[in-house]
Amino acid sequence: MNKVKNVLLVGVGGQGIILASKILSAGLISAGYDVKMSEVHGMAQRGGSVTTQIRYGSKVYSPIIGKGQADVIVAFEQMEAARWIDYLRPEGKIIVNDYKIPSAPILIGEREYPKNILDDLKSKANVSLVKGFKLAKELGNVRTQNIIMIGALIEFIDIDGVEWNEILKENIKEKHVDLNIEALTMGKGLLD
Amino acid sequence: MKKLLTGNEAVARGAYESGVTLAAAYPGTPSTEILENVSKYKEIYSEWSPNEKVALEVAIGGSIAGARTLAAMKHVGINVAADPLFTFAYTGVNGGCIIISADDPGMHSSQNEQDNRYYAKAAKLAMLEPSDSQETKDFVKEGYRISEEYNIPVLLRLTTRICHSKGLVEESNRESVEIKQYEKNIPKYVATPANGRKLHIDLEDRLIKLEEYSNNTHLNTIEWNDKKIGVISSGVAYQYAKEVFGENASFLKLGFTFPLPKEKIKNFASEVEKLYVIEELEPFLETEIKAMGIKVIGKEYIPLTGELNPDIIRESLLNKKVEKINRNEEMIIGRPPTMCAGCPHRGLFYELSKKKNVVVTGDIGCYTLGSAPPLSTMDTCICMGSSISAGHGFNKACEVNGVDKKVVGVIGDSTFFHSGITGLIDIVYNKGNSVTIILDNRITGMTGHQENPGTGYTLMGEEAPQIDITKLCESIGVKDIKTVNPLDLSETKKAIEESLKLDVPSVIITKYPCVLKKSTQEEIEDYGLDRKACVVESTECRKCKMCLKSGCPAISFEQDKGSIIDENMCVGCDVCLQICPFDVIKKVGE
Ligand code: SF4
Ligand code: SF4
Repeated sequence: MNKVKNVLLVGVGGQGIILASKILSAGLISAGYDVKMSEVHGMAQRGGSVTTQIRYGSKVYSPIIGKGQADVIVAFEQMEAARWIDYLRPEGKIIVNDYKIPSAPILIGEREYPKNILDDLKSKANVSLVKGFKLAKELGNVRTQNIIMIGALIEFIDIDGVEWNEILKENIKEKHVDLNIEALTMGKGLLD
Repeated sequence: MKKLLTGNEAVARGAYESGVTLAAAYPGTPSTEILENVSKYKEIYSEWSPNEKVALEVAIGGSIAGARTLAAMKHVGINVAADPLFTFAYTGVNGGCIIISADDPGMHSSQNEQDNRYYAKAAKLAMLEPSDSQETKDFVKEGYRISEEYNIPVLLRLTTRICHSKGLVEESNRESVEIKQYEKNIPKYVATPANGRKLHIDLEDRLIKLEEYSNNTHLNTIEWNDKKIGVISSGVAYQYAKEVFGENASFLKLGFTFPLPKEKIKNFASEVEKLYVIEELEPFLETEIKAMGIKVIGKEYIPLTGELNPDIIRESLLNKKVEKINRNEEMIIGRPPTMCAGCPHRGLFYELSKKKNVVVTGDIGCYTLGSAPPLSTMDTCICMGSSISAGHGFNKACEVNGVDKKVVGVIGDSTFFHSGITGLIDIVYNKGNSVTIILDNRITGMTGHQENPGTGYTLMGEEAPQIDITKLCESIGVKDIKTVNPLDLSETKKAIEESLKLDVPSVIITKYPCVLKKSTQEEIEDYGLDRKACVVESTECRKCKMCLKSGCPAISFEQDKGSIIDENMCVGCDVCLQICPFDVIKKVGE
């Protein structure tokens, strides 16, 4: 428990990353850790790239980490995975949502969405792919992608004694709770 | 109970626990959430003031009346409030007062990265620099005690990483602090030259006492470890330093940074072999410590610009390279923020972008994004309110020098109330003829939808009179005022063309609610907000890419298919439909 662990959630404004971070942090606190969380705010909310960093351990100092320091990255979008990969420890893990959101230069036809991102990532890091969009659609709501991703993450980081369903209940509107519990359970089963 | 709070939430909690009863601010990243959270406590009167100067003056008035008060702003906001700030240190307080400066190293959402610690020194205020959420709350409480005991306003200096990072905070109950009695005291509160001279001498005395406090307070602590390396640091930089050195260095952690604890610093320096000063942005501490004749290492290694992090310290002071995975730069395309799909500013900017020989002076708000491609409709952007006045200056300079250029200043509704109005008065008074466009989206957009004098509600959720921008402009003497729906391109175009021809100051108000705003029933009816999405009939698209010039993020283009509209994002504003020269964009189902 002594060593501080670093988790990075990356994606695009509107993907529910802040909520996902909140849920994860609440879980870590209930497991007895000291937690610090840092998010990028402001203009990033207008469709820009969004990141949150969550650090937990027995005592956490800095709220942020540097490159090459993340134990786990959860990328909610492919190109964001490529953007933040240099934050991963060489022996770390990156969980990537197999989903693409084109950015402004791509939308206006100036650039093309990069090909082979996943192959490139696999050639240099330990990658687990999650078909978040497809699975969320099967569940009946594409907005549950964030919780599916969190499910995959918490299974991987393996923390004990957390009542995740209770935490979902505290952080999500009542009418969506059941769906999100399902999403979390689904996410948990995804990584082998 | 321990709760995970951001620094901003911790300020609000601290104010509540300290018995504060009045708080004022103008929203600005990263400080916005302070007042949003303060307003959740019914015990505190809280308001969005039209600008930071007014907010501080409100807090000063409240303090003189005997209440504990708070004024919050981002770093550049202190520039606006600087005028009363300097005199406030002279008069001192009655009820305690804390002023928050939320600085933005790295410019996550700002036009510069000024280090406002210099304001404490320049204006002679007591300064506190917490390094995490728990300290932020504790320092607020201690700050009110300092403010009242030493009769001085306190500057609480935060940075983005303190404001927006969350840490565990232990909450406690509200202190019941009674309002202090107000007694008329002309020599204290009336800063005429004769009084001011005495007040200045008195202030210097208070600062000497404060330095004594600074040497003794637990806010400035020494942590002895290995004495080979000593580190002096403050704010979030302390956390980064601690992260890097851990037990391998001794620390002098400064929480109270003006006046500095000179004795403590001397003692600490004399015990360690090598002394580092680790601070973000300017060498504020370093310069002071060097002036005491102490040898330190600092800015020759730690950068002067940008946000600090543990990595930079590790690499610059310990020469340790971290092993990392390399990014493939070809796979990374920028993801700049854009104006939303259906943003009412888009129609206006699209029309403005087509005007040649027109200079557009811009301002601070969502609409600053109109400077990004493909719209690229902005020539300048300096600070809140400067669009109108800088535009006027540009215009006059062209006029006297015989340059033929027309100037259009664009400004949001909230920014107009903040400090745009004075610029407009200047144009009218000094007979300018530039065009002012007020982009009235019925809310303060950029910072996340705060109420303002035009919205009809206060921060505390009460109904309020709506200031009528048209009448306001009329009353200061603007003769030509037009209101248009910016999503109606031909109407907007006509208004711009007409105004550009005029030889008198003119105002165009583009009035349409922000797409992200929760609309009232009235607005839904007034603006016909129930819009259906658009589609491109793909077989007919001529691939001219004209619609892409709108810059709407809901439209994408593929070589083989032509333009495609993302139905989930499109709000049916119809701007692209009006742009398409071949009429192949239609409403869904039509
Ligand atoms: S403007 Fe019309 S024709 Fe031209 S690319 Fe867009 S949809 Fe196609
Ligand atoms: S109608 Fe056109 S411009 Fe408006 S939101 Fe939809 S795609 Fe964007």
